Amino acid sequence: MTLLSIEGLGITFGGLKAVSDVSFGVKPGEIVSVIGPNGAGKTTLFNMISGVYLPGAGKVVLNGEDVTGMRPDLLARRGMSRTFQNLQIFQSMTVLENAIAGYHLRESGPILADLLNLPSTRRRAWEAEQGARALLARVGLERAAEREAGSLSYGALKRLEIARALALDPKVLLLDEPAAGCNAVETEEIDHLIADVAKSGVAILLVEHDMKMVMRISNHIVVLDHGEKIAEGDPATVSRNPAVIAAYLGTEAEHAHG
Amino acid sequence: MKLTPKQATLLVLVLLVAVTPFFFPSGYYYRVGALIFVNGIAVTGIVILTGYAGQVSLGHAGFAGIGGYACALAPVHLGLPPSLSILLGAAVSAVLAWLVGRPILRLKGYYLAIATLGFGVLVSMVLSNERWLTHGPDGIEVPELALRNMLKEAGLKLSNGEFWYFFTGICLIVGAWLALNLHGSPTGRALRALHGSEIAARTVGVDVARLKLRAFVISAVYASVAGSLLALQNNFITPDVAGFMHSIEMVTMAVLGGAGSVLGAIFGAGILTLLPQVLTVFAEYEQLMLGLVMMLVMIFLREGLLPSILRKIRGNGE
Repeated sequence: MTLLSIEGLGITFGGLKAVSDVSFGVKPGEIVSVIGPNGAGKTTLFNMISGVYLPGAGKVVLNGEDVTGMRPDLLARRGMSRTFQNLQIFQSMTVLENAIAGYHLRESGPILADLLNLPSTRRRAWEAEQGARALLARVGLERAAEREAGSLSYGALKRLEIARALALDPKVLLLDEPAAGCNAVETEEIDHLIADVAKSGVAILLVEHDMKMVMRISNHIVVLDHGEKIAEGDPATVSRNPAVIAAYLGTEAEHAHG
Repeated sequence: MKLTPKQATLLVLVLLVAVTPFFFPSGYYYRVGALIFVNGIAVTGIVILTGYAGQVSLGHAGFAGIGGYACALAPVHLGLPPSLSILLGAAVSAVLAWLVGRPILRLKGYYLAIATLGFGVLVSMVLSNERWLTHGPDGIEVPELALRNMLKEAGLKLSNGEFWYFFTGICLIVGAWLALNLHGSPTGRALRALHGSEIAARTVGVDVARLKLRAFVISAVYASVAGSLLALQNNFITPDVAGFMHSIEMVTMAVLGGAGSVLGAIFGAGILTLLPQVLTVFAEYEQLMLGLVMMLVMIFLREGLLPSILRKIRGNGE
């Protein structure tokens, strides 16, 4: 059963085809990675899937429902969650509050109850806080809970973003370069975390530059170049594919073909 | 026992309202105090809109005008007692804020500021020009709030100044309590989240447009109640209450004191209400000095006076 399926997705920016006719699917518990050289359209693809851009062509189907171009908050309600390549952290809030924010859909209630601080509000907030603390422990940030998020290191913020995304209890998790800017140790931690999340049945779609990490944890790899899918398959197949090697290693091969 | 920031803020406000009258040299200071509290109520609304949600309005005086004129007009034309007129004004402001905010809040940054500015100007023009209803720029009389007489009959004799000082003080404490509740609540967290990163707030499921609208409506109600209380304590109101300068004043008070903190913003309201009283000698230079203070605060104490000072104190304590 495919949980997330991308069907012929494409978008044009000012006459330039940034992404065209890309299709693939992600099953529960599977890690699918999208790779490709800089400017291949990976993040653009992500932004279309997660409702930030409205696709010019094609469909995004989540759990059998056509969700093409749906607002991110409505996608969140349907079980899609994501992180960002350029961190999107709530800087002036504490680490704990950032994680609690991920519980928004489950903790929000009538605004009047919130203004009056009724017991129902306190209960909802308390439950979200317990969940958030457990998640922070899972990503190794429990001791930083009360610190202002802006004071954390880059690698820690990456993990905080993952914790916040996990707080939604997503069915599909989109990770945009979760290991970018992290050192080897941090990368390995994130690596384990992702594998762990996938094991719990979440469908994971990953954009990542760290090839070692991609080859290690992916079940399936989709290769983009100039906005088009040039190859897909398991890590071993993809790494032997001549088109992939050409796209990554040399423009020479490309020139040779004209 | 350690106080939470919410308890500490409320304690400070209660002490402020209850204790400062012992130091008043004359009855005149009750009036100044009540003015500070009324401005504090309006500014607490700005904290919710600007400090929590990060949206700037330059037209909130429009809602103060609606609240004020509701207390002048509803008792005469609808036969409502002034106390219920406050609620009517708040309801009208809330509905208007909802109608106006829906399209406006799709705009970002300074577009939003300009659009709200337009709204404020519109309200003040209507109040100035519809003489048949509002008596125009010269202003209109506002009836007495019955509460003071009721208190008198119950045996609690307060002068006009004392009554308005304590009444607005209690209103301010209630308003601050609600705003502080909101801060730590799921709704407040979502508002602060969309302030931090709109796109990230969306991806955790926050309906950004709807939440901004709610903050706008709530802050409009605060401004409206402040306008009502101002009109009632003066027994008079002019269209100036809805004027552009009043809108600017509200934002300035909040930003000067610290828009992210309820106590900070009220502190800012206090300073900017007191300063003109202190500076009467330099009346000609008042605007100049205000401008200078504002610039210095924005350059050196970006978070506003109170939060910056508290941070310095805590920093030294460690």
